[in-house]
Amino acid sequence: MTRTLLASFFLLAATAAFAQVTVKDPWVRATVPQQKTTGAFMKLESNEDARLVAASSPVAGVVELHEMAMEQGVMKMRAVPSIAVPAGKGVELKPGGYHVMLMELKTQVKEGDTVPITLTFEGKDGKRRTVEVKAPARPLKTAPGHGEAKKPH
Amino acid sequence: MRRFCGWLMLALALAGCGAEGDRFAGVDLTGASWGKDFHLRDPEGRVRSLADFRGKVVAVFFGFVQCPDACPTALARAVEAKKKLGANGDRLQVIFITVDPERDSAELLREYIAAFDPTFLALRGTPEEVRRVADEFKVFYEKVPTGSAYTVNHSTMTYLFDPQGRLRVGLSHALGAEQFAHDVRLLLKQAS
Repeated sequence: MTRTLLASFFLLAATAAFAQVTVKDPWVRATVPQQKTTGAFMKLESNEDARLVAASSPVAGVVELHEMAMEQGVMKMRAVPSIAVPAGKGVELKPGGYHVMLMELKTQVKEGDTVPITLTFEGKDGKRRTVEVKAPARPLKTAPGHGEAKKPH
Repeated sequence: MRRFCGWLMLALALAGCGAEGDRFAGVDLTGASWGKDFHLRDPEGRVRSLADFRGKVVAVFFGFVQCPDACPTALARAVEAKKKLGANGDRLQVIFITVDPERDSAELLREYIAAFDPTFLALRGTPEEVRRVADEFKVFYEKVPTGSAYTVNHSTMTYLFDPQGRLRVGLSHALGAEQFAHDVRLLLKQAS
């Protein structure tokens, strides 16, 4: 009896330690009809260290994780295998940083549309789980938030 | 004395809205021996150059339509800057030059740029013509494979020309709409 209780306790503890990732403020930039790619942005938070390892969406033939890096005035974009979501601190996918790249779009993403995206996360224990996101499409000309621009001295 | 200087600086900073009085927020390129002009086609097929926009401040940005981040951000900043200029917004001509003419057709460019502002203009050319103009403006760009397609890494400087068609300012991607508007106002003021 005690053994069963103990086993249940450890099982519960193991389950509770699984990374709980929450997605906040997701959005996708709208496109014009012939545009084939766009970006999805969002805030990721987790109680445990986790990594975003994959993403998919019914609107895109190919979805990759991308990082922007400004090197001496040149904006470079590259695919990355995963994006770290540090416990407590989280990570923000935003213009100038990371984004989920939706490529080979099957349809125009219109302002006001809701884009379903499936995100796959991996916890420290190597276990993967998915999170379903419904990202609203914001206008193509959505300006970056405040605090982005650096004031010159 | 130090405290007085502090308040004076604060007052000046506030008066200049974040930039200092008669100095550009961007890099002053006045007198540059390069960046003289471009001759590229608009979506209707007409060749356009700086001469077409005399009397206006011209802002030129090099980018491409399949760009998910830097290009919409730069164009959105231009939209905000134009708003901040109020009536003077009519004296700002924003031009988007594609560094990806193979994918950015005239029709796609027309649609894309109109989504930002009906007055903005997109220009394209043959790959050789685009390369020549980019070189003239010291703009770096390169195709890089990604997935089954490619992306284009590119310089993100916005170039401002005064109403006489001379290259005057280089606005980095890091500056905001307020600084953009400030430099346009300054160029208009100097021309009057």
